[in-house]
Amino acid sequence: MTDTAVPLTTKKDWSSDQEVRWCPGCGDYGILLAVQQLMPELGVAPENTVFISGIGCSSRFPYYMNTYGMHSIHGRAPAIATGVAVARPDLDVWVITGDGDGLSIGGNHLIHALRRNVNLTILLFNNRIYGLTKGQFSPTSEIGKVTKSTPFGSIDPPFHPLAVALGAEASFVARTHDLDRKHMMETFRAAHDHRGAAFVEIYQNCNVFNDGQFSEITRKQQRDEMMIDLVHGQPILFGAEGQRGVTMGADGQLRLVDVSEVGLDHILVHDAGRDDPSLAFALARLSQDDHSPTPFGIFRAVERQEYASAIGAQLAHESERKGPGDLAALLRSNGTWQVGNTN
Amino acid sequence: MTDIAQREAGESESTAVTVGGGAGEHAESTVLDRVVVRFAGDSGDGMQLTGDRFTSVSASYGNDLSTLPEYPAEIRAPAGTVHGVSSFQVHISDHPITTPGDEPNVLVAMNPAALRADLNRLEPGGTLIVNEDAFDERNLEKAGYTAPDGTSFNPLQDGSLDSYRLIRVPMTSLTKEAAAPLGVKPRDAERAKNFFALGLVSWMYTRPTEPTIDWIGQRFGKDELVAAANRAAFLAGYHFGETTEAVGHRFEIKPATTMPAGEYTSITGNTALAWGIVAAGQLAKLPVTLGSYPITPASDILHELSKHKHFGVRTVQAEDEIAAVGMALGAAFAGHLGVTTTSGPGLALKSETISLAVSVELPLLVIDIQRGGPSTGLPTKTEAADLNIAMFGRHGEAPLPIVAAKSPVHCFEAAIEAVRIAVKYRTPVILLSDGFLANGSEPWQLPDIATLPDIAVPFATEANHTAADGTPEFWPYLREPDTLARPWAIPGTPGLMHRVGGIEKEGDGTGNISYTPENHQKMTDLRAAKVAAVARDIPPVEIEGDEDAELCVLGWGSTWAAIDAAVQRRRRAGVKVAWVHVMHLNPLPSDLGDVLRRYPKILVPELNTGQLARIVRSAYLVDARSLSKVQGLPFIAREIEDAIDRLLAEEAAS
Repeated sequence: MTDTAVPLTTKKDWSSDQEVRWCPGCGDYGILLAVQQLMPELGVAPENTVFISGIGCSSRFPYYMNTYGMHSIHGRAPAIATGVAVARPDLDVWVITGDGDGLSIGGNHLIHALRRNVNLTILLFNNRIYGLTKGQFSPTSEIGKVTKSTPFGSIDPPFHPLAVALGAEASFVARTHDLDRKHMMETFRAAHDHRGAAFVEIYQNCNVFNDGQFSEITRKQQRDEMMIDLVHGQPILFGAEGQRGVTMGADGQLRLVDVSEVGLDHILVHDAGRDDPSLAFALARLSQDDHSPTPFGIFRAVERQEYASAIGAQLAHESERKGPGDLAALLRSNGTWQVGNTN
Repeated sequence: MTDIAQREAGESESTAVTVGGGAGEHAESTVLDRVVVRFAGDSGDGMQLTGDRFTSVSASYGNDLSTLPEYPAEIRAPAGTVHGVSSFQVHISDHPITTPGDEPNVLVAMNPAALRADLNRLEPGGTLIVNEDAFDERNLEKAGYTAPDGTSFNPLQDGSLDSYRLIRVPMTSLTKEAAAPLGVKPRDAERAKNFFALGLVSWMYTRPTEPTIDWIGQRFGKDELVAAANRAAFLAGYHFGETTEAVGHRFEIKPATTMPAGEYTSITGNTALAWGIVAAGQLAKLPVTLGSYPITPASDILHELSKHKHFGVRTVQAEDEIAAVGMALGAAFAGHLGVTTTSGPGLALKSETISLAVSVELPLLVIDIQRGGPSTGLPTKTEAADLNIAMFGRHGEAPLPIVAAKSPVHCFEAAIEAVRIAVKYRTPVILLSDGFLANGSEPWQLPDIATLPDIAVPFATEANHTAADGTPEFWPYLREPDTLARPWAIPGTPGLMHRVGGIEKEGDGTGNISYTPENHQKMTDLRAAKVAAVARDIPPVEIEGDEDAELCVLGWGSTWAAIDAAVQRRRRAGVKVAWVHVMHLNPLPSDLGDVLRRYPKILVPELNTGQLARIVRSAYLVDARSLSKVQGLPFIAREIEDAIDRLLAEEAAS
């Protein structure tokens, strides 16, 4: 829609009458607000929008949206949403999941939804902890994390969600965080407009079981030095003056450098549309912890055949070739014979 | 009762009449009312194809028939071993029959392993046709024909087969000879030996040759040399029968004129199920979306449905069983007929999602083609031991309707019935079939499509409640009074946006989350009452046989064929037997308890260890006795006959 168009809906039209029941101070509130505020701008109708979630704190999300929705079972949201999207390509289908739901119990469904490129907008709330079960480590928790189930520190190496998504051939991969509504809305809008599976990792603070996990990066006063904003077609720079940047060494390794040392010409120019995902993969793994500069924005956005459209094309092709399905003809398709007098 | 009366003349011992005339030098052919032929060979010998061809030709010739394919779980088990034996048994007749036959009258053994594996099936004095070329030392050893001193021995030479009518045919060498002039490589020529066997048996049973010759052309048309070799082998086998004294007699099984007049096709249970789903989608006016993960013996339904895209059928081969049912449920939420197909291990994996479907009250068709379990069990063999998991295999109180198919043909009707219940009551339904039905084939009198039921239900289109302030609202759990079904409002419908989920929800109205004690009690009762209400919507039980008998056989699923044959035979022998076969396993027909209580003796034959027997004992406090078989094989009629006799004798003694 153009900037001058009057939105057909307002935020109120997208908010259900249910009381929001996350812990006070939870990062999820900010994400909900960003989505509810964005929806009127997308020019879509609540009745044509479906939110499917799994289990976990974030998965309560659909109850708060005045759309069609299903709060399903642990890890299965991408599979159920695939069923919705395959049946009804006319709908906008969103998947709400978390680091435990999407990457642990439901990892298989997530990677296959991405591989198939089903037209889903997948928001993964990553807080690096199991909140709903009251504080066990998650598949994105760092090694050494002390939780109720790891009193001597976690020994499980973590997943990098974006690297997982890229490894699964995702056509759209982005990262945002719960403290910047504008950045969230821009990222969600791009994800929504992407035709195919769009995967967005949201750094989300769990103020009860894992408070401050991302604050070294996402606090306002840290952002200039710690957040690397990926802008398509622009050199990858960060720092208050854009004085630092990302470059690729002769060994193929990405490094953080001072621009003055290497010169702007040697700073990588971000290309989200690159067909080869290896650079996006390297960017996704640039930061190995939550204490160093971390890229945000759209890592990859490429066009690939969308799954339900491909199904629709086969259906249309076969209907054209054979005509509409004729049940009587189907029952006779293996040959028939007559018994007795049939005149 | 009509059904059984039509089959009355059915499962008797074969009767033979020798008549004059007929083909060529063999002036005589003997008319039989039925024959059971079993083709057995190595997995690589093409026995399934051979049996299938013999079946198709017999079907189009007009015989009634029933088949039992049996094959190993390994795609290519070690060649020449008993593990690798693949068999196809087919029963053809001139009158209505239901079973693939207790004992083959003819066994075709392509190698020593096949002889060793299947000889005990052959009727005493039956005809045994062996490929004697395969009986060399190496194959005899592999098949285990070894003496204690380690040397092999040949059963063709030691007199051990004297009680059978043994026909030794050098099939491999004759096939090679027939194919040699065509320039076919010896290896390719040898592979055509199953067509030699088919040709020989086709001659013996007076089958027309043209359909098979035409079929070879179609099937192998791309490789003319292979087609030519198969054709040559088939004709060589046929002519071998005609010209040699070894085979002797020819037999004839006339078309089954006592079958109801009409148009027939030959169909397997899995194909009938797939077509039943296509039909159900049309009758319910819903597009079909299938989510499925490949698993034996259910995969053929996925294959079949994947062909029919011009019917609007969407199929997704999912990443796993859980995703498959999830996709089906998602499609149902979006207004499609959501279907998932699997076998036992897959049903276990789908359990949690089926419980979600119970909770969100959406239509969902879950099809379980049962096989031997537990775990991987006997993937290619039949069993019906998933009744318990279908009934009870979910967490919490999660009842759902269960429908079971009783024959390959019946799979079509059962699919429509399962969908009718699912969409009308907005509930998941489990449809049980099994490996025997899935792969077995029989003739099917095509239904008149116009007579198929209309099972369409309307989607919700408008608000169904008025708020205190007068504004119209949509309550997703406001139920229909008769069915207790909630409205099915699909995305895209303005004003009816709503959320469903697995958390307990407010009883019979808003569907909002509710954890109150009274509400959970009410919801649990409502979900049970909804499934129980289906009983008002299914026909009363039909008692076949003698209503005034002392003994009633209670059956479900694929035991139908063997029970049918057993009940007929016992009744012809003067024994009074009643029989009830249930299609709806949950809820059971409402009069079943009353019917069963009339009989002092109840026999429940099942391919499990008594799962329905336990259910009816607990539901009706009747002394139902289990006849159990878990050997990966269907019952043969005699096993049930014997059990009937034993149970009646027990009563007489007491």
